[in-house]
Amino acid sequence: MMEFINFYFIPGLTLGGIYALGAVGISMIFGILRFAHFAHGDMLTVGAYAALTVVWFVGIPALGAIPIAILFTCLVALAMDRVFYKPLRALPTIYTVISSFGVALILRSAVQLIWGTDSQVYATGFQRPIVLFDSLLIATRHAQIIGATIVIAVLLHLFLTHTRTGKSMRAVSDDPQLARVAGLDPEKVVRWCWIIGASLAAIAGVFVGLDTDVHTNLGWNLLLPMFAAAILGGIGRPLGAMAGGMIIGLAEELCTYPLFGEPLLPASYKTAVAFLIMVGLLIFRPQGLFKGRLL
Amino acid sequence: MSASVPDVPVLHVSGLSAGYGGAPIIEDIELTCEPREVVVIVGPNGAGKSTLLKAVFGLCTLHGGAIAFEGRDIAGIKTSDLVPLGVSMVPQTQNVFPSLSVRENLEVGAYAVENGKGETGIERIVALFPDLEEKLGQSAGELSGGQRQMVALGRALMSAPRLLLLDEPTAGLSPAYLERIFDLILQIRETGVTVLMVEQNAKQALRIADRGYVLANGANAFTGTGAELLADDEVRRSFLGGGAAPSEGAAPSGGTAPG
Repeated sequence: MMEFINFYFIPGLTLGGIYALGAVGISMIFGILRFAHFAHGDMLTVGAYAALTVVWFVGIPALGAIPIAILFTCLVALAMDRVFYKPLRALPTIYTVISSFGVALILRSAVQLIWGTDSQVYATGFQRPIVLFDSLLIATRHAQIIGATIVIAVLLHLFLTHTRTGKSMRAVSDDPQLARVAGLDPEKVVRWCWIIGASLAAIAGVFVGLDTDVHTNLGWNLLLPMFAAAILGGIGRPLGAMAGGMIIGLAEELCTYPLFGEPLLPASYKTAVAFLIMVGLLIFRPQGLFKGRLL
Repeated sequence: MSASVPDVPVLHVSGLSAGYGGAPIIEDIELTCEPREVVVIVGPNGAGKSTLLKAVFGLCTLHGGAIAFEGRDIAGIKTSDLVPLGVSMVPQTQNVFPSLSVRENLEVGAYAVENGKGETGIERIVALFPDLEEKLGQSAGELSGGQRQMVALGRALMSAPRLLLLDEPTAGLSPAYLERIFDLILQIRETGVTVLMVEQNAKQALRIADRGYVLANGANAFTGTGAELLADDEVRRSFLGGGAAPSEGAAPSGGTAPG
């Protein structure tokens, strides 16, 4: 039992937290700008490398570098929107989707040019796990990632339900035409959408780097499970996307648990689980897992 | 809310041509709304009634002409800048945010004009629409059509407009709600708001109208007080359901009975 929790459940929550943070942006961008943002994974990469630079030059731990990573990723996202997406806003959204593919390639290539193609780590050495109740082992980084994800989910909920900007974002997500009629400034809402999406992507990127290592395909490789999470939560609902991320993360880790002596699935099939869940959902429940609106 | 200047019409439209990027849908439209008037635009489907409202509200491409709000030229001004000036609009359909609560729908209506939470505004709206009080926490998407229409009207009133544009406020409502909405429009006028509305239920609407315009084929056809239009044989025959021309929204009780 403790083996299940220590080696499957907690890593599952960790992975789920990373997917959750990435999926929020995908879901929000879809809700407000109405397009599938394929460069979102590479925004995680940008955030991870921005933090790496701070770690290198300032010598603080990666977690302390998160604010700079957020700032840098937000600037990249806003510039990207201004140059590549805004001019296409009036056209059918498929143009923007294709454009976001291009942006994904640009971001990844830029990262490779600036930081090189080798894998990097934030810190070397072994960190002793936290031991609770004698047998519950949690790696410090896992505790940090899970804890931060929970705090962010709460803050996101409060933001969406209690602030003017949050309510304006939900209004635009509900009905962009009516939001315009009500006198809301759509571009302001779009800016906030990028700021929140990019911030959470940067945090997720740093978390991936903490959990494994920092490499140039880091975010691109996570795109599929993050999209699956956003669809699972009912696309356009940020909190649904967070729940979806947790479910996908847990499903990927738990599928290798040796319930009957053998692993349920070989570990190499892990990534196929998100894909399977997504295909199944699109066929049977395209509106997402949850009934009603989850904001 | 500052009172409108006497003798200057709240809205004066002259020579207006507008459309949606292609050929103009409405051409050379003249229209005036004096302070505290209910002005009704009627006419067959496709006459350009909604286009006229949208053109005033900055939602169309203007091809020519002038639009003055309280004497100030507003042609070409963005919608998000018109709302703070004192104009608001209720679209015909999809006029509430379904996943937002009724309270949030109302709050959003005030965002364009103030920085506060709009709490006093909500009290004012609830006083006007007492039905909404117990629905404040409910999602607007769960309400009936008539209740939604009240939320939509309330949202538009939250920005304290002096000119309220309504696109077919009674479309799809039961006769009972239709009466309610028309009563509410008169109450709204009493609070000092000028109302310009497009209406399919032409006869009932003209009965409460201070002024009416008949639009046909994108141009002015007839103008007069509501009573004058109702009494006009030509208008009755062509536009109010008495003649051969296609009519719309003739009241079941109205029919061809002479005035």
